[in-house]
Amino acid sequence: MTKLYAFHNIPFSVASKLFFFIAFIFFLLPVANFAQDMAHNHQTEAVSEESEGHEKGKEFNMENMIFNHINNSNEFHLFGHVSIPLPCILYSKEDGLTMFMSSKMDHGHKAFNRYVMDEGIIKRLPADFPGGEVNIGHIEHEKVNGEEIAVLHHEGKEYQLEKASSMLAFTSFFDFSITKNVFSMLLAAALLLFIFLSVSKGYKNRGRKAPSGFHNLMEIMINFIIDEVAKPMLGDRYMKYLPFLITNFFFILTCNLMGLIPFFPFSANITGNLAITMGLAIVTFLITNLQGNGNYWKHIFWMPGVPVPMKIFLAPIEFLGIFIKPFSLMIRLFANITAGHIIIMSLVGLIFVFGNVGESIGGATAGAALAVPFTLFMNLIEFVVALIQAFIFTILSASYIGAATEEAHH
Amino acid sequence: MVLLAEFNVIKPDFGLFFWTVIIFVSLWFFLGKKAIGPIAKALKEREDSINDALAQADIAREEMKNLRSENEQLLSKAREERSALLKEAKDQASQIVAEAKNKAKEEAGRILANANLEIENQKKQAITEVKNQAGLLAVQVAETVLKKQLSNDQAQIDLAQTLANDIKLN
Repeated sequence: MTKLYAFHNIPFSVASKLFFFIAFIFFLLPVANFAQDMAHNHQTEAVSEESEGHEKGKEFNMENMIFNHINNSNEFHLFGHVSIPLPCILYSKEDGLTMFMSSKMDHGHKAFNRYVMDEGIIKRLPADFPGGEVNIGHIEHEKVNGEEIAVLHHEGKEYQLEKASSMLAFTSFFDFSITKNVFSMLLAAALLLFIFLSVSKGYKNRGRKAPSGFHNLMEIMINFIIDEVAKPMLGDRYMKYLPFLITNFFFILTCNLMGLIPFFPFSANITGNLAITMGLAIVTFLITNLQGNGNYWKHIFWMPGVPVPMKIFLAPIEFLGIFIKPFSLMIRLFANITAGHIIIMSLVGLIFVFGNVGESIGGATAGAALAVPFTLFMNLIEFVVALIQAFIFTILSASYIGAATEEAHH
Repeated sequence: MVLLAEFNVIKPDFGLFFWTVIIFVSLWFFLGKKAIGPIAKALKEREDSINDALAQADIAREEMKNLRSENEQLLSKAREERSALLKEAKDQASQIVAEAKNKAKEEAGRILANANLEIENQKKQAITEVKNQAGLLAVQVAETVLKKQLSNDQAQIDLAQTLANDIKLN
């Protein structure tokens, strides 16, 4: 195959524009995080002070700050008490579908139909709590037998909150809300739609001429997926799976990059959430196994070319492999992106640790002097990681599909 | 102390999973139909056309090479032909000159011969004329002489006698 890279001379002006855009983002990130977390920290301070009523208020809890950032949540927190409300769509067997904007929860100060918001996440009160809209106090967290529980004291009674909706906890409700992550994914999808439709239109308008500018950048990446992923892994079957591979690569890449931009409407830790990587991995799993031919299944259950005892020995291992492969996809992407977010948030948190939460300007300055270069460096690494992880997810998906659809060699 | 916020990224939520699959799959089908298909087709077309153009350029180059050698051949052939033509022309010219010379010589010879012949003829004619004239003159002379000798009857009988003698002898 002929490499067409020679046609991809990105004009200098575009390259420099791109560079400044990326540099701008990287320079802005620590600053924005700094402001955001300072504000958020004050909020938690104030809350803990009023609820606990003693001198512990000045304590800075870095883990809390980090978890609040990387968690999915039912509102898009901007700074302080300001957050963008998002639609909550909740389903429970008893009450059916309940829909409301998350602003109705008033940052956890109100309950509605026994639903409450705890640290930005919708949870549910037990059945003996009155339904409808109820003003509530602060939700407290306790550790009982090594397990963390959230408790609400309301009119002299103690109510223990159910866990948040998840596949691991058996809850009385399911959360189908447009959460921060769903909102961000929709934004990523809209962005991709806009980009791809414009690129596609460009090809229609230009005919056979080579593109320039942003379209050229997109063509480099699309050609990269075609030449380095689709063709080597899938051979002449590549055209059938190309839409999946390209959508997969660009969706993951966009979500990864959006997580690196620190201000609204970006900054959500999208691909660092197990539910999302699970969704993506399941799609690969389904394609692999639905498109898998007889040869694929034969290689799993009755490996050709090895002695019979070996066939029997290999069958369960290969069968487990069917599930381990997408599982590894899921864990790899999740762990890489979450780790990146945690490291960057930890570095930013250093400023508050050093500055003793605003008490020591000198400490904060020292912390900033230490954290800002490190954060910049980490952001550059995360930029590369965002590309690499999107690429790895795509090339592994392609190789699994390629192996499943390959005809037997004679 | 404030306890940890729930670390929900490791607890996959069914709702989030559901939305991920819905968003991803619809994006996949929509982009595949509206954008990626046409883009991949356009890229393939361009690649094919570039390959075609390269192959055609190769063919054209080969053809050019052939043409050039052919041209050179033609040129050398033309040069040869020219020199041959020149030579031929020279030969012809010298031949023509030689022929002309020969012809001229021949003509001259012929003219000379004719002239000689004419001269001879004229000469003969003249001689014949002179002879005739001389004959005539002789006859006239004889006539005159005869007229003078035969002026008497004796002479005439003598003559007739002689003539008659001659006839008998014959």
